[in-house]
Amino acid sequence: MLIARVIGELTATRKHPSHEGLKLLLVQPLDLDGSDRGDAVVAVDAVQAGIGDRVLLTTEGYSAFSSVGRLMTPIEAAVIGIVDEVNLKSV
Amino acid sequence: MILARVVGTVVATRKDPRLEGKKLLVLKPVSPDGKEEPGYVVAVDTVGAGFRETVIAVSGSSARMAEGCRDRPVDTAIVGIVDTVSLDRKE
Amino acid sequence: MYLGRVVGCVWATVKNACLTGHRLLIVQPVTPELQDKGRCIVCTDWTGAGAGELVYWTRAREASFAFLPEEVVTDATIVGIVDTIHVDRTAGRRESGQGGAAC
Repeated sequence: MLIARVIGELTATRKHPSHEGLKLLLVQPLDLDGSDRGDAVVAVDAVQAGIGDRVLLTTEGYSAFSSVGRLMTPIEAAVIGIVDEVNLKSV
Repeated sequence: MILARVVGTVVATRKDPRLEGKKLLVLKPVSPDGKEEPGYVVAVDTVGAGFRETVIAVSGSSARMAEGCRDRPVDTAIVGIVDTVSLDRKE
Repeated sequence: MYLGRVVGCVWATVKNACLTGHRLLIVQPVTPELQDKGRCIVCTDWTGAGAGELVYWTRAREASFAFLPEEVVTDATIVGIVDTIHVDRTAGRRESGQGGAAC
């Protein structure tokens, strides 16, 4: 999983039926210093995240499609948590 | 999938028995307009591709879905020989 | 999944049997700001997308799941045509402050 920020949303009328009813988010993965890490991805939303939220992003297929209860579907990225705090010193 | 050009073959006598009888080709990725790009990959041929031909290659676990690659240790498979590429982009 | 734009198509007569009947489109990955980024890839298409359309596509094994129960040998599939896109990279940055651990 990666820490990421929701930077946008997109809509699509013509899409795979397994994506019906799911919110599609544009999510920018972040490094621990808060800078962008690689390219933004499109992810389905499993936790009702919104633009600006810092979130947990999974880009592994099984984790992603199972988080929205749609097994064996073409979903490979999902927002599966909203980050409250990251503490790097007291581990 | 990527477009790639066949630039060589690999011969390996000692290999996983599930690879026996499979042709191993060296591919260089190419851009849609045919220019070679950095890097290379060794792929299992499923279509009878020849030297210098442009092909379509599938990578990852999807490669094992190709006819002839089921349940074999294959992470890149050649699944098509390109006839033409049509580009709408003007460059 | 990733954003991309359809820029062309590939014709191949000789194909693995698990690709028969499928259109192969060339997709240029783009950023949320719709700038080209990275190498073009070849995608199977679930949507019927046409040239120039903004799409989102999925990769890896999940790409083949779009066609189940048919088993299609693909590692990249267009799964949606984008109608609208809204991007705001500044939202949420303000309250997170400058601290290193704040992400």
